[in-house]
Amino acid sequence: MIVTPQKARFTEPLKLKSGAVLPEFEIAYETYGELNAARSNAVLVCHALNASHHVAGSYADDPDNVGWWDNMVGPGKPLDTDRFFVIGNNYIGSCFGSTGPTSVNPATGRPWGADFPVVTVEDWVAAQARLADRLGIERFAAVMGGSLGAMQALQWSLSYPQRVRNSIVIAATPKLSAQNIAFNEVARQAIVTDPDFHGGHYYDKAVVPVRGLRIARMIGHITYLSDDAMMEKFGRNLRRSALGFDFGADFEVESYLRHQGDKFSTYFDANTYLRITKALDYYDPAADFGGDLSKAFARAQADFLVVSFTSDWRFSSARSREIVRALLDNRRIVSYLDIDAPQGHDAFLLDDARYFAALRAYFGNIAL
Amino acid sequence: MTELETIARWVAPGARVLDLGCGDGRLLQHLWKTRQAPGYGVEIDDAKVTACLKNDVNVLQMDLEDGLAAFADRSFDTAILSETLQAIHRQEPLLREMLRVSREAIVSFPNFGYWRARIQIALAGHMPVSKELPYQWYDTPNVHHCTLIDFEALCAKLGFRVLERVVLTGGKPVSLLPNLLGSLAAYRVSA
Repeated sequence: MIVTPQKARFTEPLKLKSGAVLPEFEIAYETYGELNAARSNAVLVCHALNASHHVAGSYADDPDNVGWWDNMVGPGKPLDTDRFFVIGNNYIGSCFGSTGPTSVNPATGRPWGADFPVVTVEDWVAAQARLADRLGIERFAAVMGGSLGAMQALQWSLSYPQRVRNSIVIAATPKLSAQNIAFNEVARQAIVTDPDFHGGHYYDKAVVPVRGLRIARMIGHITYLSDDAMMEKFGRNLRRSALGFDFGADFEVESYLRHQGDKFSTYFDANTYLRITKALDYYDPAADFGGDLSKAFARAQADFLVVSFTSDWRFSSARSREIVRALLDNRRIVSYLDIDAPQGHDAFLLDDARYFAALRAYFGNIAL
Repeated sequence: MTELETIARWVAPGARVLDLGCGDGRLLQHLWKTRQAPGYGVEIDDAKVTACLKNDVNVLQMDLEDGLAAFADRSFDTAILSETLQAIHRQEPLLREMLRVSREAIVSFPNFGYWRARIQIALAGHMPVSKELPYQWYDTPNVHHCTLIDFEALCAKLGFRVLERVVLTGGKPVSLLPNLLGSLAAYRVSA
């Protein structure tokens, strides 16, 4: 499947949850399949921390650049683009095409950098709603995402209850735990204390806080994998013929994390990383309801599919069950899968016959 | 009369139903079609969960042994435990939970006091194997068998009221010597 990334420009200012106003913005997106005449088959796919609008397929001029959820989305796949019109979008604040810290601030003519506002899940959903308007989609057949993407799928059902028929919420949490926030804070501290960060205004200085980004990615990556998955993949295997008795990479896992960190620091923007982790930290739809998630979901009208993975310790199954409980309290139509997969949080991106069969069955029952 | 029909007759039109150990969701599908009773199934087996989704039945993949914490007090009209009681490790807490989350409970199970089972133990000297209990003793999901008398004693201990009882053999109601002649029992109980 050959796809072409597109951009939609919005010139009406977007008021953000923080009170700041984004005077104008662009959303990068891709579409797969055809919108039917009734406009009833659109599915919005929301991405997690380091992904983009490139959900599926590949580019004509870059055939190796395959979308991050290509195993899930495409012709004949569980989210079947022969039947559904699927939209991948990149959230604002990202560094992959939508307006973000690397974009030009119209007020100064220079990159936003540190001045780009802190954006939230609610802001992303509000921006996505503008994209839906632009594409002529009044109501989505489904909004779907994993991890941070799942928060967007949840928020859609709260911000625009009438515009979502199904909310598919995978590897989610209704709010970050203290431990989750703690990991994010270590990542942020790694970035902001990097001497090349310059308070977020490093674009002018022609440097990148590579060391900070590297460590941020390393610590993040640890939370995406289960203990068992790491042990299975690396064990205590050595990179060298024997222990070095120095501080080089003795073990495979060290070398792997260094490699992941190095790779990440070449393509990801530090200002974006700070903002995304804040968006995660701030998300808490129950906060306005005295912490009562059931009250928060009282306005939801969608049907829900909630999926967790038993080895996910970042957003554990128990967190998904909190969402299920809140939905049951509101008598929403909901199904819940707790898939006994070993890989940890990352399982939501990986092939698993049970996971895929379940999603295929669920999508199969969405009437168009 | 089948077990399915027995249970369906006990579910009021439009009642909210929770089916514990719902398998492929056939009962819930039947209750929706015949009684317009919406519900949720709880099932742990991956293939059965997927079958429920295919059958367009709301299914929650959870372990009944962990209790019913996902459900609020009195959030259902009827909680059903159909031929699953014998596969549960801790029956007492689950039965209590059923009548916490629901006004009424329907419980059905294969009767271990059925004469064919008794004969297999008493005369042949081996654990019963039958249409209702098709497993060998070393390869069975069933861990706690009981008879009608046993179950009614447990209901009494838990303070449950038995509202109705139907005993079946080969799809036919049994009224004479049910604990001996019935292969399957279904109870409707309340707290």
